[in-house]
Amino acid sequence: MMDKAILAEKLGMTQIFTDDGRAVPVTVLRAGPCVVTQIRTPERDGYAAVQIGFGDVKAAKVTKPLAGHFKKGKVAPRRTLVEVRTDAAGSFSVGQELKADLFAAGEGVDVIGVSKGKGFAGVMKRHNFAGLKDSHGTERKHRSPGSVGSGTTPGRVFKGRKLPGRMGHERTTVLNLRIVESDPERDLLLVRGAVPGRNGGLVMVRGAVKGVRRS
Amino acid sequence: MNRIDFVERPRLRKDLPQFRPGDAVKVHVKVAEAGRERLQVFQGVVISRRGGGLRESFTVRKISFGVGVERTFPLHSPVVASIEIVQHGRVRRAKLYYLRERTGRHAKIRERRTRIPVESAAEEVSVVELAPEESPTGPGRS
Repeated sequence: MMDKAILAEKLGMTQIFTDDGRAVPVTVLRAGPCVVTQIRTPERDGYAAVQIGFGDVKAAKVTKPLAGHFKKGKVAPRRTLVEVRTDAAGSFSVGQELKADLFAAGEGVDVIGVSKGKGFAGVMKRHNFAGLKDSHGTERKHRSPGSVGSGTTPGRVFKGRKLPGRMGHERTTVLNLRIVESDPERDLLLVRGAVPGRNGGLVMVRGAVKGVRRS
Repeated sequence: MNRIDFVERPRLRKDLPQFRPGDAVKVHVKVAEAGRERLQVFQGVVISRRGGGLRESFTVRKISFGVGVERTFPLHSPVVASIEIVQHGRVRRAKLYYLRERTGRHAKIRERRTRIPVESAAEEVSVVELAPEESPTGPGRS
């Protein structure tokens, strides 16, 4: 089912109303126009994929190797290039434009993006630990992880222990979101629910790889 | 946020009158009931408006059988069939939460006689029509 994907910019969230008055939370995406810049074939590259480009970029900002790559496909330079693995790569052609009408309202999609960075986060925020008590003698350790292991045996902390550290700013996929509206004229996609990353961030919308329950 | 406006603007309600916190209003609410729909009137004082764009909502407070009742409506929701302005109120803040601690004449809001500056001519007409229609059960009675 994952035979189509498009790159998009997250514009922000709002809500729209159904006719019976329910509010639907939606994320507004500027989806496309994307252009196919290269086709990867098993014969030449060892795998099948479609390379798509998205976003405007000044021609002067494009490095010479990349400029040559775009020239080869006879397409204007784009800011971002992404490869989408698909066995149906042969049905695409270089220079082909992909727009928001790739997806219709009601369709299920996955949205992939880079989540917002949270910096160095403690164990309560990062791993949903419960922390220690607020009272009953707890001093300066209200958000601490507590014990991280045993004693002399084994004498070390096991690998994989959940500890504080960098949180967020990682590739995140949200599965099975529903397209509420598709507006190819304005390059807009309305997706039900939240999507990873900040407003203005780059996301990829693809057809849902897993099933979507209700229709 | 301009590009979200493409989504929001066509969906904004333009048929509703202008109103501010302190105004006494009648909100006609669509209520779905056993397969059919009817209108219910919720009359009270607007004590807050919050949010912007499609997400704007307002809160109406009234005293019902001696008990304070507040309802918050999404301004642009189809559930709000229409809004009638009963009286303009003269208030000095945007959020009238202080009314919750007051009853009787202390919770009374003075009427604002001067017309509010209205943005469009169409809305001006509706304000003028509604202004003389003074309600005996004014805003904020206990």
